[in-house]
Parts: sequence; structure tokens; C-alpha cells
Amino acid sequence: MFPLIPTSYFVALSGILFTLGVVGVLTRRNAIIVFMSVELMLNSANLAFVAFARQFMDVSGQVFVFFVMVVAAAEVAVGLALIVTIFRTKKSINVDEISQLKG
Amino acid sequence: MNPETIIFFLLAATAIFSAAMMLLSKNAVHSALWLVLNFAVVALFFLWLGAPFIAMVQVTVYAGAIMVLFLFVIMLLGAELVQDERNVLRRQPWWAMLLAAVFLGVVGMFFLSNGVGPLPPAFADEAAARAFGSPTEIGLALFTQYSLPFEVTSFLLLVGMIGAVVLTRDEKK
Repeated sequence: MFPLIPTSYFVALSGILFTLGVVGVLTRRNAIIVFMSVELMLNSANLAFVAFARQFMDVSGQVFVFFVMVVAAAEVAVGLALIVTIFRTKKSINVDEISQLKG
Repeated sequence: MNPETIIFFLLAATAIFSAAMMLLSKNAVHSALWLVLNFAVVALFFLWLGAPFIAMVQVTVYAGAIMVLFLFVIMLLGAELVQDERNVLRRQPWWAMLLAAVFLGVVGMFFLSNGVGPLPPAFADEAAARAFGSPTEIGLALFTQYSLPFEVTSFLLLVGMIGAVVLTRDEKK
């Protein structure tokens, strides 16, 4: 069956991928790439959930991953609609130029 | 070093490399394709961790539907080559790198102080290995223990769908 690897390896990989997602959100200014970095972070959290589900032999972790994926799908639908609307009015998706709500 | 560990590190290197290339690509379409590769590798990890159902959902929903939606929007807007022209916060990238390094240092310190940690428990037999994380088991948990959250997610998807339609509707008509 599946070969055994310490759970901590998967958790560490999840942490590295999450960090890369954070760096993407903080450094890139293209709204779509910022959004993709958020997806990367969600996915790395899913990896940690599945690793712990395997460690504790509890399928609840996998059910939670399912819910995270549903939320991510809804978030992508609404977020991309927002990006399309902002691009239509401002002709830009640079997140630094979207500052009209700043006081 | 046993072969499993080598395969793990090869796959992990692919995942990290594709994530880094996603961040570094100038072209947003290339970024999306690197992210698809990353999701595919993570799906392999899900299979490895005894979650075949989640792995298939990852491939169809994440790497399939969500990334196709991303590519649609990128090409619809013609925004694939939008550059990061100017940073309002000039030193923000350096602070981001610094904080990322600190975070990775914390993860590394956890490893140094706690060691590698336990192996996941082995399955009793092949039938148990097949049952764990199978669609049957996930479905059973979803429709009994988690039936209320499951219904709430259906409502959430409905709200998301209506929200997307309302937001992209042309106001002038």
C-alpha cells in the first residue's frame, strides 16, 4: 500500500507552500496573481488537514478539506467577478491603484 | 535513504518549484499554468495520504474548474502582461521576504526541537487502507455527522453564483 513518510514532512511542505503564497500576496501587485496566491495558501492548508487526517486516522479532516474547497470555489466566483467589474471601470487590476476607499 | 523518501522529496521539490515559478512569472497565463502543476502535485500527495476522493476533487474542481475560470478571466481582460509597474509601499517586498524567512525559521526550529515526529499508523489490512478516505466513507460522514454544514455549503454556492451574476451584470442596460 502507501509507503510511510513522517507526517511532519507533509506539514513542513504545507508550511513552505503557505509561505510562498504569503510572499505572492505581499509582493505581486497584479490582482489576479494575488488571488492565485490566496488559492495556493488555501491548498497548502488543505495538505496539512489531509496529513493530520491520515495521522489520526480520522476522516473528519478530509470532510473539512471538502468544505474548504467549496468555500474556495464560491470565493473564486465572486472574486473574479469583482476583478472583472473593477477592470471595467478603472481599466487596471493593479491593487495599488484601487485605493478609492482610503480615507 | 529509501525510495519513498526520494520520491517524496522529488515531488515536494516540484511543488515548491511550481509555486515559486507561479510567483516569478511575468505572464499571468504562465502563472496559472504553474499553479495547475502545483495543484496536480498536491493531488498526488493527497493520494499518498489515503485521500483518493479529495485527490479527485482537487483535480476536477481546483486544477480543472477553478483554474479554467482564472484563465478565462485573464484572457477576457487581456491582462496577462499587466506589470507590477510601481509599488506604492516601496520596501514592501523586502519586508515580505523578511517575514517569510522568519516564518520558515519558526518551522525549522520546530523541526530542530521536536525531531521528525511519528510515522502515520499503518493500516490493519488492505481492506482498511481501501476504505479510508474512500467516497463511501466521505459520503457517509457528509450526510450524517456533517449534514448541516453540507446544506449550508449548498446555500453558500447559491449566494456565490447570484453574487457573480449580479456583480458582472452591465449596469447601463
